[in-house]
Amino acid sequence: MATLELRNVNKSYGSGLADTLKNIEISIDSGEFLILVGPSGCGKSTLMNCIAGLEDISGGAILVDDQDISGMSPKDRDIAMVFQSYALYPTMTVHGNIAFGLKMRKMAPAAIEEEVARVAKLLQIEHLLGRKPGQLSGGQQQRVAMGRALARRPKIYLFDEPLSNLDAKLRVEMRTEIKLMHQRLKTTTVYVTHDQIEAMTLGDKVAVMKDGIIQQFGTPKQIYNDPANLFVASFIGSPPMNFIPLRLQRRDGQLLALLDSGQARCELPLGAMEAGFEDREVILGIRPEQILLATDESRNQSSIRAEVEVIEPTGPDTLVFVELNQTKVCCRMAPDDAPQVGQTLELQFDPSKVLLFDAKSGERLLPGKPLASGGKVAQFKAG
Amino acid sequence: MTKPVSLSRVAIYATLLAACAVYLIPLVIMLLTSFKSPEDIRTGNLLSWPEVFTAIGWLKAWDGVGGYFWNSVKITIPAVLISTVIGALNGYVLAMWRFRGSQLFFGLLLFGCFLPFQVVLLPASFTIGQLGLANTTSGLVLIHVVYGMAFTTLFFRNYYVSIPDALVRAARLDGAGFFTIFGRILLPMSTPIIMVCLIWQFTQIWNDFLFGVVFASGDTQPITVALNNLVNTSTGAKEYNVDMAAAMIAGLPTLVVYVLAGKYFLRGLTAGAVKG
Repeated sequence: MATLELRNVNKSYGSGLADTLKNIEISIDSGEFLILVGPSGCGKSTLMNCIAGLEDISGGAILVDDQDISGMSPKDRDIAMVFQSYALYPTMTVHGNIAFGLKMRKMAPAAIEEEVARVAKLLQIEHLLGRKPGQLSGGQQQRVAMGRALARRPKIYLFDEPLSNLDAKLRVEMRTEIKLMHQRLKTTTVYVTHDQIEAMTLGDKVAVMKDGIIQQFGTPKQIYNDPANLFVASFIGSPPMNFIPLRLQRRDGQLLALLDSGQARCELPLGAMEAGFEDREVILGIRPEQILLATDESRNQSSIRAEVEVIEPTGPDTLVFVELNQTKVCCRMAPDDAPQVGQTLELQFDPSKVLLFDAKSGERLLPGKPLASGGKVAQFKAG
Repeated sequence: MTKPVSLSRVAIYATLLAACAVYLIPLVIMLLTSFKSPEDIRTGNLLSWPEVFTAIGWLKAWDGVGGYFWNSVKITIPAVLISTVIGALNGYVLAMWRFRGSQLFFGLLLFGCFLPFQVVLLPASFTIGQLGLANTTSGLVLIHVVYGMAFTTLFFRNYYVSIPDALVRAARLDGAGFFTIFGRILLPMSTPIIMVCLIWQFTQIWNDFLFGVVFASGDTQPITVALNNLVNTSTGAKEYNVDMAAAMIAGLPTLVVYVLAGKYFLRGLTAGAVKG
């Protein structure tokens, strides 16, 4: 149980090379579950190794319970880590693997036995204690790796992509178990993943990283509903957010987004005008589940007609693809409502959920402001 | 159901048997000759069965080279063990604890693998002389350790490079230090490469002639030198049975080592070769 704070952490490998980590600022409370998520090479694993002490930082400070640990050696930091490859000691039994860290810390043999038994019971691996890692399945190895981390009761757990070597079914099971474990033990945890679903489901706080920079740090809900930029918006969510390029128009002090499906055109009112937005090239972002099918009641002259190009039934949902402004747009629908290929649909957007991004910088425009007045369904005008 | 014997099968086995014969016939000749009496050798041909099996050749051979056999044991065993231990430590450091200039260091060590024996003879003899180890068993052990270090380091380094870094990192987080990680984690995993090292070094050092003839004299000579002296004596009749028996005695230990540890040899060689 400990707080973790990263203050302006920098990391670079030699001079002249680009920084691997740039001005990382993160702070989490005791017992929180922090996710570091991003594509390969974004620096998330490097950051985790820095927290563990396996790599030195070039600048800044790492504080655990308000004490700077950045100069300490890994063994003095009281941090345990679960590795992607599990890194179980192959010549030791499961018992030996779990007990190793305790022996290194000179714990009394009786206390070690007690602790191993407790962890084995917690993870339901009591029957495996006598086996070698080579005789275990992937899921069992994963449990042992977690057991080794749990046994020491450290201040902080680090998980480095622990589920990426498991098959899809086991991955979902273990994900739930990790969450359950955390709810029970309430130990501060840092978890690295490239899987945005793991990020959303497990995290209390999520830090989305790219090129060694934190793009956004917040709760999963904030990251999902209120992304700071185009990268965060595109990285989180599956199927990903739709991005429709367009040029903003102005009429009667209102901003308008022009959409064209090939069959029809419409103008989407985006709220009051702000200076400098007129004629700006922007990217309109909307999540697939926020594009609705117009019903008989809601249908009006503002809905937009579009032809269905492809449908992908996934089971619980059916993904329907149409084309708006020469861009494929994915809509997520209930299977019963799903149309056929070639059929023409009338679509409606939830204007309070529509996001705007600058086409050049990818930065979010009008951050945090409601885009349409009153949050009612946007009025589309059929072209 | 048995498969019909095809012509190609027959050809393959015939070729294999012929190859076996080519390799085995010298050994058979040596063994047969070593058990023959000198008269038998003069009258019979190379491959003829001994009329009477006699151990006289072996006894005489042991009288001639037996003492030197123990010299070789006294040189080989410490040299093999010390060079293996040093190689394991070097390999561990070079694979797992990269330091500034470690690549250059490894490159220079590799260079040692390609140095011919003859090149180092003079500097080595100077060094041995300065250390006061000339013509001693310790001197030969030192030479073999230094010369073998390049090979053993290469073996262990390549083996440890294929072991994931995460293992060492996990051990560091668990609180293990430099030597604990080596002793408790890596060394227990190293059986195949230790076997490779032992076999390789044992063969090299036991069979060495050049260092033995240059850096030892008289009573400290290894068996290879003694065998040469025995076979090249020009006085009296040539006792081929004694020569053959002495050669067998000189060759037997390496043979035994191969038989006992051979299965690890290939395993260890390929384990190191796949990655790194």
